[in-house]
Amino acid sequence: MTEKNQNGISRRDLIIKGAVVTAGLAASSVLVPARFAIGGQAKVKVGILLPYTGTYAKLGTHIRDAMLMRFAEANNMLGGRPIEFVDIDSEAKPAKAQQLTDKLIKKENVDFLVGPVHSVVGMAMVKMARGNGPITVIPNAGADQLTGVLCAPNVFRTSFSSHQMGYPGGPAMLEDGHKRVVLMYWNYGFGKQVAAAFKKSFLPAGGTIVKEIPTPFPKVDFQAYLTELAALKPDAVYTFYAGGGAVKFVKDFAAAGLKKSIKLYGAGFLTEGLGAAQGDAAEGVRTILHYADTLDNPANQRFRAAFKAATGASADVYAVQGYDAGELILRGMNAVKGDTGARAEMIAAMENAVIDSPRGQLRFSKSHNPIHDIYLREVVKGENRVVRVAAKDQDDPATGCSMA
Amino acid sequence: MELSFYLVQLLNAIQYGFLLFLVASGLTLLFGIMGIINLAHGSFYMIGAYLAYWLTGVTGNLWLGILLGLPIALLVGYLVERFAISFLYQRDHLYQVLLTFAMILIFNELQQILWGTDVHGVAIPEILAGSIPLTENQSYPIYRLFISAVCIAIACGMSWVIQKTRLGMMIRAGASNREMVQSLGIDVNRLFALVFSCGVALAAFAGMLASPVDSVYPGMGENVLIISFVVVVIGGTGSIKGAFVGAMLIGLVSTFGKVLLPEMASIMVYALMAAILLWRPQGLFGRAA
Amino acid sequence: MSALSRFLPLSALLVLLLFPLLGSEYYVGLLSRIIILAIFAMSLDLLIGYTGLVSFGHAAFFGIGGYALAIAFQDASVIHLWQALPLSLAAAALAALLVGWISIRTSGIYFIMITLAFAQMFFYYFFESPSYGGDDGIFLFLKPVLMIGSEDILKLEQENNFYYFALSCLVAGYLLLTMILRAPFGKVITAIKANEHRVCALGYSVNRYKLVSFVIAGTLAGLAGFLEGAHSGYINPSYMSWHESGIAIAIVVLGGMGTLYGPVVGAFIVVLLQDFLPSLTEHWQLLFGSIIISVALFLPRGATSLLPRILALLRREKSEDASSEEDPLEKTDG
Repeated sequence: MTEKNQNGISRRDLIIKGAVVTAGLAASSVLVPARFAIGGQAKVKVGILLPYTGTYAKLGTHIRDAMLMRFAEANNMLGGRPIEFVDIDSEAKPAKAQQLTDKLIKKENVDFLVGPVHSVVGMAMVKMARGNGPITVIPNAGADQLTGVLCAPNVFRTSFSSHQMGYPGGPAMLEDGHKRVVLMYWNYGFGKQVAAAFKKSFLPAGGTIVKEIPTPFPKVDFQAYLTELAALKPDAVYTFYAGGGAVKFVKDFAAAGLKKSIKLYGAGFLTEGLGAAQGDAAEGVRTILHYADTLDNPANQRFRAAFKAATGASADVYAVQGYDAGELILRGMNAVKGDTGARAEMIAAMENAVIDSPRGQLRFSKSHNPIHDIYLREVVKGENRVVRVAAKDQDDPATGCSMA
Repeated sequence: MELSFYLVQLLNAIQYGFLLFLVASGLTLLFGIMGIINLAHGSFYMIGAYLAYWLTGVTGNLWLGILLGLPIALLVGYLVERFAISFLYQRDHLYQVLLTFAMILIFNELQQILWGTDVHGVAIPEILAGSIPLTENQSYPIYRLFISAVCIAIACGMSWVIQKTRLGMMIRAGASNREMVQSLGIDVNRLFALVFSCGVALAAFAGMLASPVDSVYPGMGENVLIISFVVVVIGGTGSIKGAFVGAMLIGLVSTFGKVLLPEMASIMVYALMAAILLWRPQGLFGRAA
Repeated sequence: MSALSRFLPLSALLVLLLFPLLGSEYYVGLLSRIIILAIFAMSLDLLIGYTGLVSFGHAAFFGIGGYALAIAFQDASVIHLWQALPLSLAAAALAALLVGWISIRTSGIYFIMITLAFAQMFFYYFFESPSYGGDDGIFLFLKPVLMIGSEDILKLEQENNFYYFALSCLVAGYLLLTMILRAPFGKVITAIKANEHRVCALGYSVNRYKLVSFVIAGTLAGLAGFLEGAHSGYINPSYMSWHESGIAIAIVVLGGMGTLYGPVVGAFIVVLLQDFLPSLTEHWQLLFGSIIISVALFLPRGATSLLPRILALLRREKSEDASSEEDPLEKTDG
């Protein structure tokens, strides 16, 4: 289990330490600029709200472990101050999101807030944190609104927006020669946004959507839809499924014999980290994502080796997003030498950060969403191999954001 | 759409119905015969799938995995019955709902502790790996047909045991009048422990059998839980025939719902259940209360 | 005993009234959440504990109360309390009337399942419907205000104001239910729980009584949903999921069903457990589940049933000192 992070400190230890030093220090670190605190040693509080139970548990642990790994590489010091973690299980339950965010902001008085995985939890969280709340870094949740309507100077994202997930898919499929395409996706917020973004680039460039088939989330009975897909006879199908649904979809698709006549594409989650479960069924499936295990750059190779050594697990895109969240916080804190009072300075430093991420170069837009390359990948021998760069420096339109 | 399209969809519907029956059969056994509402049924399904994944990995063979997994499932069922469920036979359904609801939480955590949070797959055994062509571009996996055959066997087997054997007679008698059977010198406690263990084993078996077509992931049990309750309630609790008809009805409504009225697909199944209960409050084949 | 039983709730109320003067904003907010949950659980207690109807879909009415507020006032420039509150209550009552009218024809297991089925229908309706935000839910950027003319009488924007508003809703709900249960109507529904056939034989229209009880409970759940929507400014389908209905049952039984104050205690226990347990272990649901199971098995009347026992024990010790015989106050239940 991933109970231990790279230092051999269990999450429980972190929380207990967090609980002990709560009130007094937290108050001082907020009110008094840290520079003037005793010996400059006042701790920086980093609140983490990620799911450790339920469907998203693996994502949560990978993000956390990679972020803690990045901090450990910096000797667990942020701008000269030691770090204290307050780690909470979000359970990926929207109904509990506000209560837990409230706890981190009002009770724990955290300086930084990292989370969540689930988009709906993200919206509840950002709604409370934006503005005067702690500096917030979103390491996964992809809803466009988070850096769109809900964008704020203190909110950053190191993962992706739905737009960035879907938009590059259109041109990539056209370039591969697929003009008649069926869209299949889980019918929920994120799935719908990805599909909409795909259409935005695919239709104007001359593609035809034969049919759009939204399927109920999070259900995995695809048989009826696959029969429909077979009858429609498109060139290819573009999909959005993740986790258990992605495994089932890829396997059912192959079992129905559709691989021969219809080319399967999807947002990267379709095959990300699922190689062992999907087996041969995934061979030849093409997906679009801002990361690939096999990316040939030094940062990626170093990161993958370190993550494997620290956790025993293979790194994936979620770990990368967590690692970059840690990096972004470090940049901000180092720029102000640990003075959390210098908020504007810190935000400016984070906004202008250019990170040599395992995914390639990572920058941030005015709405604080990542700008990064998007890759077209193909599963070959169980690995997501890069076919080509599908979109260079992919940005997000940040619809509704007052900062963009 | 051509006729062949609807025929293939019909096949899908029946196939889905069989899968549902497989899961629901254990539930109707506990539900109707013992009067136990078992919300943890989906968890037992999940445990079955994980056992299949784990033991297939160890032995390299799904059949061996199932063979080794079934006794484990029986044991789990026996322990749960002895240490929890057996205290509740005389109490209101409310406590069963609560107890088994809490069990979902516990089994989810245990699953995570034992097997982690990854998504897994189980390979289809070599002999059944092929598929049969249906239309010009779609084919049908043999393994799915195999599942259907197993379902038919289970349905027949269960009806036979309950209707025709001495054991079945005792079970039926125990369900309708516990004290009477007890006074006849039959150990009802042991009988119920046996039935409960079998119900759990059936759920786990469904999970094992479905593991190559479904994937194995945390929370997978909750996807089948509610729908299998719907099946049992539509059919009438305790009726194997009812569960079978219920499963087929749900299979049809949900498959053709997806094709013909996609935006209503999720709601339709529940609407069907409400309509049937409005017409027959004890389900299609249930005895009037 | 009776003096004490009167003294306890009053002193608890006093503590709740004075709390915002002492507690931080975070704890006032947390307490508001507990109070909302308490109202919700109390409404379910009317069904489970008094009428004998185990509803496994009660969260639907909670959700509808919240959604009515969010849908109607999504783009409003001001949310008038006197418009919003009745609207939410009416929506929940209407839904409860519809669901109840069909559901009460069934009994036992079938009732549990049909209420679940209806809750699932509402859940999927809001989850998949494109017009009400789908699974993303609906945000409200304003909080309800009570205005007379152009004067603000009560703004729910301030945490303390909201807290007192929620608290008075809880007290009002409690008093209302107590009155209903003392009235002849209450006698009939508790009799239905004890022996439905006998009540039927006495010539009462059992179903009508059940339905009225169901609608009252649904409306009160809608009140809780309205408060949640107003408090968090956010409503989404997950409030209606069967998990929430299950948790609600757990709250009622943990606290002690058939008491009205039991669910209030239960709400405190569950929220505080959920707040505290995760700090012990990553696998805290294991503990949470075990606690629920222990209560279901060994403490069927819930936590509040311990209180009279403890009091009786204390008194027995006293009376033993005085070497007098004590009447058995509370028989242990099975």
